[in-house]
Amino acid sequence: MTMFILRRIAVMILTALCLTFIVFFLTNLYPNLEKLAKTQGNFRMSDGEVESYLGKNGYLQPVGVKYGQWLGVLPGYVIEDNEGVARGRCIEPGMPPEDAPRRCGVLQGDWGYSTVFKKDVFEIIGEKLALTGKLMFWVMLLMVPSALVLGVLAGMHEGSRTDRALSTVAITTTATPEYVSGVLFIAVFASTAVGLKWFKGTATSAMNDATFENFFLPVLTIALYGMGYIARMTRASMAEVMTAQYIRTARLKGVSFYNIVVKHALRNALIAPFTVIMLQFPWLLNGVVIVETLFNYKGFGWTLVQAAGNNDIELLLGVSVISVIVVLVTQLISDIGYVYLNPRISVS
Amino acid sequence: MESLSWGEIILRMLAQFTPVWIALVVTFALSITFKRRLGLYGKLFDSPIGMIGFAMVMFWVFTGVFGGAFDLITTHGVLDQSASMKNKPPGTAFSKLMGAPDPDAYPYYLFGGDHLGRDVFSRMIVGAWEVIKIAPFASLFAFMVGITLGLPAGYYGGKLDTVLSFLANLILAFPVILLFYLLVTPEIVLTGIPVYMAAVLFLFPIVFLVILWNSRFHTQPARRNFYVGVTLVIGLWLYLGIAWNADPLGIIGFPPNLLVVFVAVVFVNSPTVFRIVRGLTMDIKTRDYVAAAQTRGEGPWYIMLWEILPNARGPLLVDFCLRIGYTTILLGTLGFFGLGLSPESPDWGSTINEGRKLLTMYLHPALPPAFALLSLVLGLNLLADGLREESLRD
Amino acid sequence: MKEGKIAPLKWEIRMAKDSYDGPILEISNLSISFFTRLREIPAVMDFSVSVQPGEAVGLVGESGCGKSTVALGVMQDLGVNGRIVGGSVRFKGRDLAEMSAAELRDIRGNEIAMIYQEPMASLNPAMRIGKQLIEVPMIHEGISEDDAWARALDVVNDVKLPDPERILKSYPHQLSGGQQQRIVIAMALMSKPSLLILDEPTTALDVTVEAAVVELVKDLGKKYGTSMLFISHNLGLVLETCDRICVMYSGEAVETGSIKDVFDKMQHPYTQALFRSIPLPGANKNNRPLKAIPGNFPLPHERPDGCNFGPRCDYSLAGQCDGTAIPMAPIDGDDRHFTRCLRYRDIDWKAPLAGSIKTEATVPGRVVLKIENLRKYYEVAANALFGGSAGTRVVKANESLSFEARESETLAIVGESGCGKSTFAKVLMGLETATEGAILLDDRNIEQIRIENRDTQTVADVQMVFQNPFDTLNPSMTVGRQIMRALEIFGVGQTEQERRDEMMRLLDLVKLPREFSERMPRQLSGGQKQRVGIARAFSGGARIVVADEPVSALDVSVQAAVTDLLMEIQRKQKTTLLFISHDLSIVRYLSDRVMVMYLGHVVEIGTTDQVFAPPYHPYTEALLSAVPIADTSIEKKHIVLEGDVPSAMNPPSGCPFQTRCRWKPEVPGGLCEKEVPPVRDFAPGHQIKCHLAQEMLDQMEAVIKVAAK
Repeated sequence: MTMFILRRIAVMILTALCLTFIVFFLTNLYPNLEKLAKTQGNFRMSDGEVESYLGKNGYLQPVGVKYGQWLGVLPGYVIEDNEGVARGRCIEPGMPPEDAPRRCGVLQGDWGYSTVFKKDVFEIIGEKLALTGKLMFWVMLLMVPSALVLGVLAGMHEGSRTDRALSTVAITTTATPEYVSGVLFIAVFASTAVGLKWFKGTATSAMNDATFENFFLPVLTIALYGMGYIARMTRASMAEVMTAQYIRTARLKGVSFYNIVVKHALRNALIAPFTVIMLQFPWLLNGVVIVETLFNYKGFGWTLVQAAGNNDIELLLGVSVISVIVVLVTQLISDIGYVYLNPRISVS
Repeated sequence: MESLSWGEIILRMLAQFTPVWIALVVTFALSITFKRRLGLYGKLFDSPIGMIGFAMVMFWVFTGVFGGAFDLITTHGVLDQSASMKNKPPGTAFSKLMGAPDPDAYPYYLFGGDHLGRDVFSRMIVGAWEVIKIAPFASLFAFMVGITLGLPAGYYGGKLDTVLSFLANLILAFPVILLFYLLVTPEIVLTGIPVYMAAVLFLFPIVFLVILWNSRFHTQPARRNFYVGVTLVIGLWLYLGIAWNADPLGIIGFPPNLLVVFVAVVFVNSPTVFRIVRGLTMDIKTRDYVAAAQTRGEGPWYIMLWEILPNARGPLLVDFCLRIGYTTILLGTLGFFGLGLSPESPDWGSTINEGRKLLTMYLHPALPPAFALLSLVLGLNLLADGLREESLRD
Repeated sequence: MKEGKIAPLKWEIRMAKDSYDGPILEISNLSISFFTRLREIPAVMDFSVSVQPGEAVGLVGESGCGKSTVALGVMQDLGVNGRIVGGSVRFKGRDLAEMSAAELRDIRGNEIAMIYQEPMASLNPAMRIGKQLIEVPMIHEGISEDDAWARALDVVNDVKLPDPERILKSYPHQLSGGQQQRIVIAMALMSKPSLLILDEPTTALDVTVEAAVVELVKDLGKKYGTSMLFISHNLGLVLETCDRICVMYSGEAVETGSIKDVFDKMQHPYTQALFRSIPLPGANKNNRPLKAIPGNFPLPHERPDGCNFGPRCDYSLAGQCDGTAIPMAPIDGDDRHFTRCLRYRDIDWKAPLAGSIKTEATVPGRVVLKIENLRKYYEVAANALFGGSAGTRVVKANESLSFEARESETLAIVGESGCGKSTFAKVLMGLETATEGAILLDDRNIEQIRIENRDTQTVADVQMVFQNPFDTLNPSMTVGRQIMRALEIFGVGQTEQERRDEMMRLLDLVKLPREFSERMPRQLSGGQKQRVGIARAFSGGARIVVADEPVSALDVSVQAAVTDLLMEIQRKQKTTLLFISHDLSIVRYLSDRVMVMYLGHVVEIGTTDQVFAPPYHPYTEALLSAVPIADTSIEKKHIVLEGDVPSAMNPPSGCPFQTRCRWKPEVPGGLCEKEVPPVRDFAPGHQIKCHLAQEMLDQMEAVIKVAAK
């Protein structure tokens, strides 16, 4: 088992390196840097000025070198400008160059500085991640149990009226992306035009003080889209298990229907949905970005939009690293859980 | 002029859709009459769910074609603004702030006006065309890529499979939205990366078809050369036009901002198709008819494309429907974040995004495109469900 | 409250269990139909049978005849579409159809237990075996978990599984197929039921394992006093296990009676035709060929009027047999012997088989294929899923194979799963290359040439017929296209038209109507598909055809026709046929020479007569004893092998068969465990790989003896 996890982790690290490099490469393309220079300096910079600005800040080094520095495996650049003042990646303003550490990158905990928020990237991400964590916690709490119940109930008697009704619900929710359902919910429950006004159309206040009124709509919006998908998976898996020969064996052993479902079918039927739930994370992140934008909840997804929209390279890189890691960790958990749930796979 | 009542709005709307109704009735009448001779497509008409789904999908297909391509259903130009129609509720009579409106113009904004005074109804109709133009083709390209790579990965296994699967997982581990934000920006278009990606991705259909013909007809060189030749001439012509925007005849072109959207969507969808095809291939390659083909010395590509692929068509067809739906959602997402498409574009995602800003006051600009998108994707999902059910019944 | 309600009911049943002395199961005029959107499909019609206490009744018929539906009807488990539309099923005098769901639950597993074909599928993969076993008495008798566990240990002991404690704690996938089936049997016996229904319980198992399981079922039936309803397609198996038999055809019972009456004095044309189509000892492809039943099994909604068997029956009379439904008629003088035939009195049942064509035996020609010391080793990752670090393991799939095959000769390769016969076929076909040794096709070495490097003629010369008819044809291409593709590849014919003509000729050769060229495979029956497979194999004028169990998945009556077709083509085209099979009956019927394989080794090779007569290799001896023979006049020696075939991944040291050999104690010095035995010549062309001393081998008695009538 340890061997298996180690191998998975090795693959995971390789994947993370590849992915962050792709992000690094794309964000450090010259047009992006040019835009950065102009937003940092002024918009009427000439090409030459742009170049000298970028050169001074170490942006014109080869992308591999820059990536190594950002990662913290290569020493940070030190460039002396015309006045003989050394500027360097690791040299904080006002710090003598000799005191600066040689390497400063993600591995050393130095995630850079956000040009939009004027704050340390690491700090921003920590703060935003906590907010999104809160959102995700409630989403999972709502989504997973209701999806499983829905799926099991529908798959228990395949083709029955309950099945048809529940399946239609599930299909409808999978066909409703967050930006549609969110808009519909706000229109129905929060607009003056309809006038129900049960919930709030923004969740900004939920950042500090989440209540049912200001938090339920965003949570529901994310949960609903994923729920249909998991429910359909569970239903298919359950329906398949219910036609299996060993379920017939159990029935002809005289086991009651309730016990057939609970003792014999459930564990087998939950293997497939479990992996699906875990693999939903990259997808849920989509939902998070949309919903946080829609409800103006300033969490991780909202930050991603801000960083990308304003060409805040360091922040965008930080956000990417975190989202990639979250995705990979959930994949690892899904693999391990699968082995644990399914006794047919033995890890010796 | 008086505003219309809700009943009148609905009647007028139904009347506007007349060409769509006619097309739908003709399609269904023909299909149901000949359903026994139409294979799996015909069997769809045995399943109520599949029929409903098919009707919903075809409704939007016809709407898109008639409204977007032939301008039959729309009532006003999608970009025409009228300051006096800003945020006016559905059914408001058409007016202009200055001067009398054109007497030939449609006298009402059926679904009201948006914050710039444009006709919401017409924008919704043309929005359908935006989707119908891109989503099926993007899905088709994603399938070509996924199939061309998934078949050998599943068939050969080993190192090739390891490498390809790793790459697929790499893309799958990328949060889609991040990828879009990185890829679909004007700066990236400047670097030419989308063109290079298109150059690679769009090569797959040509490669796929050439291998398909060669493996089938290599015993009859004359026929093989004919098919391969035709494929290469047409394929490369399209390829130059679409991917490089360098059609020597100057007929085919592809706006760069649309190309980047197209490439991004194909790129995001291909790995999933790859995984499905790979799994199906690994299953089907153990069948005896594959062994029979091997023992008579067939080449691996013949076996993959003519023995394995046709027998995987059921699940692939179902997934194709679902994938068009997913692509529609992705296009909406892009529009919602204002990525790729021009800000004035009438596509549903952009319209929803614009409409949501005033949502607490005015519902009518955001809801029609939201319901349109919902019903199209729902239709595709129901269609997929119907297909799955009918193909399993064999 | 609930307790009080259920307890008296249980008590009643217990009383019934002890005091009832009528027939255990009485099915009278049962009719079952399945309802689809289009129509009602009658699956079982007017079916009657009764099972007395302690009696074993066999239910025999071809696939689709409704025998499994009867079993499910007894269990009242017909699914949503199935319904009993007439007649009754009485269990110990009580009508099962009138019972409530709770009453049925009390009977299922407790009084009636069922055993199915696929042991792996009938055990819950995510539940430990012990839990699945103890559930039964805990539900029905309300005993404590500890008591149930103790009983489970007993029963697992009874089904002769080693180390019951460990077995109870393992998951199903950790056991072999034979062990799983024993667990399924144990589960059925946990509550000591009065009736046991076995639905093809051994079909998925190897022959020697099957023999052991059958033996076990027989013994336990006696020990527990259980009545049995034994469903099988194999007449021989029914003969070995049952007291009475009921033959079914197309949803109806056509003949019932005691084993002796039905086997020796059959009174229905279908029963007779069935017996004439199976290869019994004495049948021979040249002077006593089998007679296949003409025509096809009718589809449930296309059954003829009157006698269902009428259209395929030699004795059918127009105007008499195709009228109204035919009732069962009792045979005078026999014990409960019935037949569903109007003309049974008019038919001369003793008349010899007319119209069978005797043919000349083929004369083997020159050697076309020569195998010399062929070895094939595979390297596999020790752990398929998480492999890598633990290193690789070598699987010795073929160990020093040497033999020759001549023109127009049939060489049978016999063995159970894992014996290496399929690997050999792969190496011969060029899908794999040999590790060592040589394959000479007309004195040319081909063992290292993969199929893609072989010239067209070589590929066309060596072709294969596959086992599974449902898998052998590409489901999405017409029959004609598939044959024409083979012709294209083999370079037959210059134009499309020439190939089309050749394809039609091939369809004629395999006796299929020419219209079939436009059909899709799903429109064909299993036997027809197999014929297309044969046509495809012969499309390039193959000289060597490897037939991998070509008939084992077909129904008995179709088997004979397909076998005969193969023989006929072989005679015409002087083909060398390598016939891979595990079924010794068919091997004896059609082969000229036999090669017996076990775990990659050839343990015995010789002419058919040499192999089927002593001296035997101990494995051949056991194999012969294991094959059920549907002939009451045959006496068989009883040899039951212990355990399962070892895994080829982990073969035993020394002689591959030493772990199960009953002669092993006769070899001194533990030689069997140390050394692979030498190949010894006994008669010209007869070789045995065994350590046994000559005297011991000479002492061996024939396994199969025909008793004097």
